[in-house]
Amino acid sequence: MAENPPLLRAEAVSKGFPGTIALDAVDFTLVAGEVHALLGENGAGKSTLIKCLTGAYRRDSGDVLLEGQLIHPRDPLDAQGLGIGTVYQEVNLLPNLTVAENLFLGHQPRRFGFVSQGRLKSQARETLSHYGLNIDVSRNLDTYSVAVQQIVAIARAVRLSGKVLILDEPTASLDAHEVQMLFEVIRTLKRRGLGIVFISHFLDQVFDVSDRITVLRNGRLVGTERVGDLDRMKLVNMMLGRELEQETRVTGRTDAPSGGPHLTFERFGRSGRMAPFDLAVRRGEVIGMAGLLGSGRTETAEAIFGVTPHDSGDARKDGERIDLKSPRDAVAAGFGFSPEDRKTDGIIGDLSIRENIVLALQARAGWSRPIPPRRQVELADQFIRRLDIRTSDAEKPVGLLSGGNQQKVMLARWLATNPTFLVLDEPTRGIDVGAHAEIIRLIEELCAQGMSLLVISSELDELVAYSHRVIVVRDRRHVAELAGAEITTDSIVKAIASHEAEQQA
Amino acid sequence: MNGAARFARRIAPQLAILAAILVLISIVFPGFFEVRIANGRLYGSPIDILNRGAPVALLAIGMTLVIATRGIDLSVGAVMAICGATAAWGSTEGYALPATLALSIAAGLACGLWNGFLVAVLRIQPIVATLILMVAGRGIAQLITEGAILTFNQEGLIFIGSGSILTVPTPVIIWMIAGLLFTLVVRWTALGMLIEAIGVNLRASTLAGVNSRVLLIAVYMASGLCASFAGIIAAADIRGADANNAGLWLELDAILAVVIGGTSLLGGRFSILASLIGALIIQAMNTGILLSGFPPEFNLIIKALIVLTILVLQSPATRTAAIFFRRQPGTDPADTRTVTP
Repeated sequence: MAENPPLLRAEAVSKGFPGTIALDAVDFTLVAGEVHALLGENGAGKSTLIKCLTGAYRRDSGDVLLEGQLIHPRDPLDAQGLGIGTVYQEVNLLPNLTVAENLFLGHQPRRFGFVSQGRLKSQARETLSHYGLNIDVSRNLDTYSVAVQQIVAIARAVRLSGKVLILDEPTASLDAHEVQMLFEVIRTLKRRGLGIVFISHFLDQVFDVSDRITVLRNGRLVGTERVGDLDRMKLVNMMLGRELEQETRVTGRTDAPSGGPHLTFERFGRSGRMAPFDLAVRRGEVIGMAGLLGSGRTETAEAIFGVTPHDSGDARKDGERIDLKSPRDAVAAGFGFSPEDRKTDGIIGDLSIRENIVLALQARAGWSRPIPPRRQVELADQFIRRLDIRTSDAEKPVGLLSGGNQQKVMLARWLATNPTFLVLDEPTRGIDVGAHAEIIRLIEELCAQGMSLLVISSELDELVAYSHRVIVVRDRRHVAELAGAEITTDSIVKAIASHEAEQQA
Repeated sequence: MNGAARFARRIAPQLAILAAILVLISIVFPGFFEVRIANGRLYGSPIDILNRGAPVALLAIGMTLVIATRGIDLSVGAVMAICGATAAWGSTEGYALPATLALSIAAGLACGLWNGFLVAVLRIQPIVATLILMVAGRGIAQLITEGAILTFNQEGLIFIGSGSILTVPTPVIIWMIAGLLFTLVVRWTALGMLIEAIGVNLRASTLAGVNSRVLLIAVYMASGLCASFAGIIAAADIRGADANNAGLWLELDAILAVVIGGTSLLGGRFSILASLIGALIIQAMNTGILLSGFPPEFNLIIKALIVLTILVLQSPATRTAAIFFRRQPGTDPADTRTVTP
């Protein structure tokens, strides 16, 4: 099949945004009659590549060839006309129109200038029968399940484009049976000679349906492999950016503090987001959390901090039961939480560095007990010095700082409240090397002072360096716990990739 | 820190606009600045602006806080009608002045609580949530007045609308004290900063432990409180409650006052003083157009043109252009923001 002539080919495509290079000379080849999976963690460049192929972005350099012809799609509609159709995770159709109208919108069969309802329906029925769907096409689209809507969207894209079909996380909101239904459709289209690009975070599904896999990381091509030549270990290694031969013998910290648990979570979970888990945290202990995107890392942190409150189990602090129904409860219990998405969940962009630093402390003190302006300035200056926040002064809006400095402001906000337990979700993502090292040093320093930390990170080397224990999450459950000398990047990757543990659970 | 200088720079544009409009009026109407004392009370066009501007100024105080949270309160005009009707009803039923005022203020707070509940608890978009009371409010006011204009003769209540203390008309004193108190409360406590924080980024503030739900309800209640003051003054002024016309369209003037005052409709940084100056600018325009003797049919169009001019002058595009013309292109602050990898 790989001997087929290339259908869609990207050669050294690059795309930059101010401050970053999202895509760095990436090659990608799709041949007719294959399902080609595109994998990578957040920010790897998957969606940038797709957008360059469909014309949603203009590529900065490189060539895109469709059947050997150089193309420059102006926008996704133009790309559709050329033969490249895209179906997104959220179905982009009109839920209040009928299935038939959605299929043919803009291209309705006409008769004397009027839309012919009879022909519209019969053509819709015929089209959908190729997809194994036998439904009433005159009912509104939103009366059907997401899976059916997804297939209608695919049918529409295939009808209008017919050469290349790009599926961007089509299975994210489907159940197992619906996924199989969708895969049946994908296999049928493959036999008809379409080239299909498939993006998903679910490795099982990728192995199930794909012929070849391309992995991107940090905007670069890691490699393209046939599915037969890959196992899960190798794939996870590619995604997390490690070479198999690079046998790092570094292990986790064995100087775990002794003593009873400071915090215990029992059967703690949130239905639909995170399976119940048990977790005990000692004072001065750093617990790392590893897993792929969407595995339940952030969901665990958000349940602990009361962002999406838990609906099963309970939490104790030094034996006393504590409420964690809202972030306010968590702050009152002495927790702090630096979220993954700094821009939307973390910083208050228009407010000054000083105000951002005192915010959590002030919120805990209440509106009627303002922190005196002089004290605010002191606190801000103290943390600007201690964390080496690069700024001209404390009154600068925090939105104008670089990512690393914004992250330091987030840490300062929580450190100002003297927390006993700090949850950091991807504290080193998207920040420069210098700030990166400083934040890791700070984590070690805080733990030495007796603070307990839960650190979520995709950087395995980093986790190994500072964790006393590492919890591995997969499919929204905690699947493994490694302690001390057991922690190596290899053992973490093995736990993430292992298939058997899942069946037993 | 140079807090005073920063504060002066914040309200300078509004003061300049107000001065420009006053000068403009005095050119068209030379006797404009004449102020005299008669019957122990100040009279004259400038006093008239301060006095007539009282309802919009009061509404603008509450509206500033609501808009700072990235909300809007369309119901204030209708709440004025409800509170005016409540005061008139209390007066005709023979309640003493403190009880009458307490009833009216309680009505305003209840309206604010309702709006706050819809916005903060049910998470309805503020513009839709307050639209409900904007429409229903006049109906409620009509139920209270039983469809008629409810007149009263209670001296104390009338004093609030047309009396004077130390020659200054009572409404002027009320809005100035209200403005001062609200400013002191939000700036001497942490309320101001917390309101600005939820206005800029509600989710991040909630994650930092800010009690955003209670704060949101509180700002809508503050807006209801201000509307009740305005409603009492409007009713006291005409010695009766007119459910159909009291406070009609004043919500739009209040929003305009806040916008002219430079508080962004996208929430965040706010200034009550600047909104109050905005309210005076609007009233000065109204008075000025009347004094200048233009045919009344031109009034609204002239007002619209002046507002347009003010907003164009304040628009980001104009500011950028002004900076561009003032400085060398190399020192343009926009340049420092572009990152070249």
